[in-house]
Amino acid sequence: MGLEQMSSPEADGNRCSLHIRDLTVAYHRKPVLWDVDLDVPPSVVAGIVGPNGAGKSTLIKAVLDLVPHASGTVEIFGKPYRKQRRLVGYVPQRESVDWNYPINALELVAMGLYRTIGWFRRVGPVYRRRALQALADVGMADLAHRQISQLSGGQQQRIFLARALVQDAEVYFMDEPFSGVDAATEKTIIAILQRLREAGKTVFVVHHDLETVRDYFDYLIMLNMRVVSAGPVAEVFTPENLRRTYGGRLTLLDRAVDAMGRTR
Amino acid sequence: MIWTSLDTWIVVAAVLAGATCALIGSFLVLKKVSMMGDAISHAVLPGIAVAFILTGSRAGPVMLLGAALVGVLTAVLVQLIHRHARLEEGASMGVVFTVLFAIGLILIEQAARNVDIHPEHVLFGAVELVPLHVVSLGGWDVPRGVVLLAVMLVINVVLVVLFFKELRLATFDPELATALGINATAVHYVLMVLVAMTTVAAFEVVGSILVVAMLIVPGAIAWLLTRRLLPFLIVSVAVSVVAAVVGHIAAITVPPLFGYADTSTSGSMATVLGLFFFLAMLFAPEQGLVARAWGTARLRLSIGTQDALGLLARAAEKPENRDASLSAAEFRGVSRSPFAGRRLRLAAALGLLRARGLVAARGGRYRATERGAEQGRAVLRSHRLWERFFYDDGKVDLGELHTAADVLEHFTDSGLQHELAERFAGISTDPRGNRIPGETTNPDANRPLEDRALDDGSQKPRP
Repeated sequence: MGLEQMSSPEADGNRCSLHIRDLTVAYHRKPVLWDVDLDVPPSVVAGIVGPNGAGKSTLIKAVLDLVPHASGTVEIFGKPYRKQRRLVGYVPQRESVDWNYPINALELVAMGLYRTIGWFRRVGPVYRRRALQALADVGMADLAHRQISQLSGGQQQRIFLARALVQDAEVYFMDEPFSGVDAATEKTIIAILQRLREAGKTVFVVHHDLETVRDYFDYLIMLNMRVVSAGPVAEVFTPENLRRTYGGRLTLLDRAVDAMGRTR
Repeated sequence: MIWTSLDTWIVVAAVLAGATCALIGSFLVLKKVSMMGDAISHAVLPGIAVAFILTGSRAGPVMLLGAALVGVLTAVLVQLIHRHARLEEGASMGVVFTVLFAIGLILIEQAARNVDIHPEHVLFGAVELVPLHVVSLGGWDVPRGVVLLAVMLVINVVLVVLFFKELRLATFDPELATALGINATAVHYVLMVLVAMTTVAAFEVVGSILVVAMLIVPGAIAWLLTRRLLPFLIVSVAVSVVAAVVGHIAAITVPPLFGYADTSTSGSMATVLGLFFFLAMLFAPEQGLVARAWGTARLRLSIGTQDALGLLARAAEKPENRDASLSAAEFRGVSRSPFAGRRLRLAAALGLLRARGLVAARGGRYRATERGAEQGRAVLRSHRLWERFFYDDGKVDLGELHTAADVLEHFTDSGLQHELAERFAGISTDPRGNRIPGETTNPDANRPLEDRALDDGSQKPRP
């Protein structure tokens, strides 16, 4: 504890849960993220907010090496992602998979353990128990053997969460976990976020509902292609920053970017 | 029917081709890239032709190598065109595989002048010729095509068993797979290579056109019948094996019944598969058309019985109706009756209610029994609570309340009803001033519809 207080996280890349320098990501030459710099301390629940098309999901995917970087560096606890996979849990958007796939809730959750289990090996009873425990943690133990298409949207979101929890990671990236969920699921997710924070984990959450920002997060990344502002919620969640994030999209720079996209 | 050793070898070849295609094709169906099977099975043609022209042999390994290379080439070209020409994937597949196929056709026409490789055999297969080209295995004469298919089946089975987890994750959630360090793109290309090699091994039996049926239809059938991956693969392979056997027997027995000569085994196999698919679509236990129609019918009947009990509960509130009974005409005649002009629906509902002892009939008038009356009041309670809800919270016009509440009352279990009642605690009437019946003590009365009838049975928990 004492050591952490002595060196500020911003000054020391190793102390940052997530450290990003000059990250630019482009689809078809049109930049989606531009010159992103971030230094996020560990043990925070960080919201990522911004209008549609601001690059929120892309930011997560860029960190996880799921989209190519045009330039820049990304480090998790001081090392590139490919060396830190075991430290990272990922909750993709619920719409990103086919929920009619022939698999049940338990099998889906166990997928989070595939890396731990290793190549060629089956999902043994030890791992099945861990998956069951994660299901219990999100209040879904009794639906473990149900086919995933038979679950409600909120239940599907919960097993996605359980799949990340079972990874026992240090840093979690969640892409819109609150989208389209029922009240019970929202409560479950909030409780889990708090538990993770208490356990010293860092959680990044792509979020849409500005009204709940103060309640759910202690750190906020306001994104609109570039980082408009990032820091403790109390400091950065201001009307001025909200205007800069959401209002008046057509700055000169945006127009230049649009023009670049069109010339292709 | 005359069965010879030729028939035995033909069936063995067909079974092996069916099994190996079904196994690898299942993953195309699961990945939703079924059309890649179509594309690759056609695109491998130039691979075969070039391998043949270069080596002058039709030996298995050379053919498989040519196929593997073209399989990768096809998958890469499709992605390149899709990405750089900004063309939808289907169109870029269409461009790639037809052009490759055409090149292959030209090459084979040229090659065919010197040696025995016939374009029509490539297109439609020549399973009848399989037993003619034999190799000796430990003193046994085994058809070359059978050996090739057996090798391919072993390769596919071994890979699927070894990489079962990884295939499951990469086909279900490629992003998570990649994030965990299982390169989903690499898995995709390996799959395409296996599809290419499998189609080439199966060419002799089914040809490049019908092989698509062998790749895709078994998976499509399994999709309708199973809910987990291992049963999915087993059903897919089993269906294909059965279709191979039945297909060949049908090919040599059915046409002679009508005075024609035997027909093509491969055509017959694919037809049998099509028939199986049709049957699965109709009779699949939960997703089949019959099961769904049955579920809908049950639901409607169940709603009808509740409507009837609800009407009887309303009748019981009228002081002038002393025995709380209704005639069939009154059931249909009350204002906004769900039975207006629907005699049959009413008859079915009343028939079922009488059979269950919820309604008694005397002298053409129907009266709820004690249990029936209790259930009727529960329906009425839900209805009026919902009217309250829409009026107070939803600001819905008085005239439109009934319609909305009429639907929801059927889907309100005791838990939901309880929540509604808590929301309107202390309010004892609906927006029109009708009294909301009290909560019943019998928990069964409040289970409005049987779970199974709710939604085609799909809400039912599966063991």
